[in-house]
Amino acid sequence: MNPQGERWTAEQVLALAPDAASRTAGGKLAAAGPWSGTGARGPGIWGVCAGSGSMPYRTVVDLGRPGYRCSCPSRKFPCKHALGLLLLWASGGGVPEGDEPPEWAEGWLSERRERAADQAAGRRDDAGSGAGGGAGAGDQRPGGSAGGTADPEAARRRAERRAQRIAAGASELERRLADLLRGGLAAIDRAEYGVWDETAARMVDAQAPGLEARVRELAAIPSSGAGWPARLLEECALAHLLNQGFLHIDQLPEELAATTRARIGVTLPVAELLACAEPVRDRWLVLGRQDSSDGRLTTRRVWLRGERTGRMALLLSFDTGDRSPEPTLPTGLLLDADLVYYPSTRPLRAALAERHPTPPKADSERTVPPGGDVAAALAVYGEALGQDPWLEGWPVVLSGVTPVPGDEGWQLADPTTGLALPVDPRCAGRTDLWQLLAIAGGRPITVFGECGHRGFAPITAWDPEPVPLTATPARGGRR
Amino acid sequence: MTTHTTTPAVPSDASWDDLVAAALLGTGRRTPPVTPLPGQDTAAALLDAAALSTVRRRAGLRPAAARPVPTPAPPDPRPALPSAARARLAMLLADRSAAGRGSPRSAPDLAELLPQWLTLANHHGYRAPDALLPALLDAARARTDLRPEALTLGGPRALWLARLNAEWKFALRGGVGRATMPPEGAVPAVPPADPSPAAGPDTDGRSDGRRLWEEGLFAERVSLLSAARHHDPAAGLALLSGTWATERAEDRLMFLDSLRDDLCPSDEPFLEQALSDRSRNVRATAAELLSALPASALAARMAERARGCVSLTATGRIAVEAPAACDSGMQRDGIVPKPPSGRGERSWWLGQLVEATPLDRWTEWFGGLGAAEIVALPVVDSWQADLHAAWCRAAVRQRSAEWSRALLGAPALPPSSGDAAPAVWRDPAKLLSALPPGERAGWVAEFIASHGLSDAFRLLGVCAVPWAEPLGRAVVDALDIARDAGSYPWSFSGVMGLAERCLDPGQADRLEVLTAIPDEGEDAAPGAGGYWSEAFQRLVGTLRLREAIRAELTPPMG
Repeated sequence: MNPQGERWTAEQVLALAPDAASRTAGGKLAAAGPWSGTGARGPGIWGVCAGSGSMPYRTVVDLGRPGYRCSCPSRKFPCKHALGLLLLWASGGGVPEGDEPPEWAEGWLSERRERAADQAAGRRDDAGSGAGGGAGAGDQRPGGSAGGTADPEAARRRAERRAQRIAAGASELERRLADLLRGGLAAIDRAEYGVWDETAARMVDAQAPGLEARVRELAAIPSSGAGWPARLLEECALAHLLNQGFLHIDQLPEELAATTRARIGVTLPVAELLACAEPVRDRWLVLGRQDSSDGRLTTRRVWLRGERTGRMALLLSFDTGDRSPEPTLPTGLLLDADLVYYPSTRPLRAALAERHPTPPKADSERTVPPGGDVAAALAVYGEALGQDPWLEGWPVVLSGVTPVPGDEGWQLADPTTGLALPVDPRCAGRTDLWQLLAIAGGRPITVFGECGHRGFAPITAWDPEPVPLTATPARGGRR
Repeated sequence: MTTHTTTPAVPSDASWDDLVAAALLGTGRRTPPVTPLPGQDTAAALLDAAALSTVRRRAGLRPAAARPVPTPAPPDPRPALPSAARARLAMLLADRSAAGRGSPRSAPDLAELLPQWLTLANHHGYRAPDALLPALLDAARARTDLRPEALTLGGPRALWLARLNAEWKFALRGGVGRATMPPEGAVPAVPPADPSPAAGPDTDGRSDGRRLWEEGLFAERVSLLSAARHHDPAAGLALLSGTWATERAEDRLMFLDSLRDDLCPSDEPFLEQALSDRSRNVRATAAELLSALPASALAARMAERARGCVSLTATGRIAVEAPAACDSGMQRDGIVPKPPSGRGERSWWLGQLVEATPLDRWTEWFGGLGAAEIVALPVVDSWQADLHAAWCRAAVRQRSAEWSRALLGAPALPPSSGDAAPAVWRDPAKLLSALPPGERAGWVAEFIASHGLSDAFRLLGVCAVPWAEPLGRAVVDALDIARDAGSYPWSFSGVMGLAERCLDPGQADRLEVLTAIPDEGEDAAPGAGGYWSEAFQRLVGTLRLREAIRAELTPPMG
């Protein structure tokens, strides 16, 4: 047991593995054999793992604000040593409790403790001053308030320069879109990828990653099969809407301005967010997790649902190789924590501010989250879209649906109402729909996923334990 | 383009399709059906209208009409796996797809443990976790040797799933079922010849079982028959004989073959009838099964024929007079008249007669001599090889420990002992399988102690897992000797692999000392010590893993 009061199950640990190979490699290291000097105290778990090289690897895991460090060169996150150590700990044997951590582990753990304390303190301080100032609400722009050490004036100038660059990028993209529409979509040479490439590079220069991603998507649409002109027009229109939003951002209400900035790719630094927003405390159930990679950057999405508030939250983290994405929360975990939502007209993305000790889950609590029906799922997406027109989908727990396979696409059907949601065709190869079918066995089940305009993208199913529906690479080819 | 069925109202005066048409054509060619704001470019106005329309349509999406859902999978009342075992299975299946690349040589080969894991799980009667069925079916698809156990574990839901995906067709083709008890009530409690109203829909288990037998997939039928036979051989046979006349020849052969495991004397009339089957393969299998029933009429007929050919002379030697012809009676009893090329037809016929003769008869005919004494008798002319080879086959077929023991002889003797006797007819591995497990292990242990490991691979393959003592010790000692002799471990990779899978996991601690890297001897191959250390690490690691697997699969008490 740790202060959070739970010992993870092996399944929860395995759910953290970034891929099947890591799962296997971690499993092999889950025996006492290669480990020495293991121990656990408070939220920390550590151990030394003998590897193939001469230097053993030092692995330490922090369950409090989940994260890990390992001296191995792996770029997987978490690495197999961290998985193996967690599995060993989860199995109940092999990791003695209560010893003093060795220096190398304590150093890292205490650093994290201090950072957490700083953040908590910073938030409290700032909440106080904000309440006093009152009038500053409109100025809470990136680089505007907290951050601590930096010169506020310099930060403001930096932010201004960036806004100018982005505006230039948005204007350029506007011209590009207008040219496209003037010439007609039918005139597009499908091999004309290079032109889009150039535009995408200009968006990088403009420091607008959100626009860059949109441009890359636009480039891919003409070769995406039947119906592409309509899809291309939709995406051009939404890019246009985003450009216009940013170019007129001063005229937008604050929350819509924040949404627009987030869509453009200007994100609030976490410290600043924690300083300016009100935390939401709840018992959060980890509904699912999904990693996606564009080759350079791995993005990890973790969805949470608040038990009391019923609110959905999305934790985003990025693995660029030199920085570990956080946090490592296994699907099915229930945590008592403060979350801080990023400002938006439809808040979803959040940051984990503070975890509170969670009493061990009673068996009766190991339940499937409550869900809604097919019509409710579409309704909540539609409603969200009214607040954030760029939403591709909204996280939804669907209950009472039966997966129906089909050559022309899968469905999640509700036999009691005769209504169904098509499964997002982009799921093929990414989601193991056959696993979903096997779990259901032709009967209604509960599924978590994103409900969007292309259909429903399943992420987790309950059997009744949560099962992540990630396709393994070896089975990716199965249709 | 959305995949949804409805097209909500379009806000502007132009429809979405009009907007797409205008965009395709280009605003430079024709004025789009939109009204630009003052000073606005028509292209921008078109994008404005398209954005509004897109968001409105997305926000107004309606559900599609549900297609018919698949028929629910049949229930599987077997207990679910304990959670640690479930995680382990997921890992074993994932390793299969990861193909074991990149793991250190000292790490256990998980894919090789999958068959054992499946067998053990089936032994405890668990059902597969639903979520792992696709991975399990994929594994079985790739490795035919996994199919029987994988499909047994998968149970009815695996077959249900396989019907929905063409890649898993193999599961429906058959030859894959294995005898386990299907859900309570699926096996007919009484022979289906019992007149019960047709189509009692799901009201009683009896008609369920019968309906499955009459309408089920071949795989389901084989599995049902095996289970029914295991439960009550007579009832199972009645099931089969009810539809026998209408079965296809290859199905008859498979069904007949599935009787082998639970063969009993009451099967004789049915088998005797099958001797007249239209299919030659069915006839041959029926004859073979009958000859495995020592009290059968066929066995008696064969014995009578053999007795006329083999006799004990007054001087205590065995005289052989091979049959001169293969008459129609012999052929009906399954004797194949035409020998393979290179063999004389008379010795070919003799071999088949002796093979089908109940072994007890020889004791009876040879004045009460035991098997060991009979095997030791000299044989006139050069018939010994043929005669002993036929006895070996008979001992295997009739599962006679006494005769197997006698024919095997002492393990310390060289395998090709005896002056004229060529060793080829001896198949020690097959004979061994007729011995009780403990005796088998003892014989192989002694064989290894005398001859080393080079010829032991096949013999080890028939020993019961985990290896009983003194066999485990003999193998480890032999490996230790091989290491001290300075050879490389991969010369023994076959035996090493078997040892990983078959040694008693309790031996792990004792083997730990072998994982140390020894001082390199004068005549050792360079670096061999390190490789041996890795090989033994892997052995110990695998044993520990198997111990963990065993513990995980053991059902909780109470």
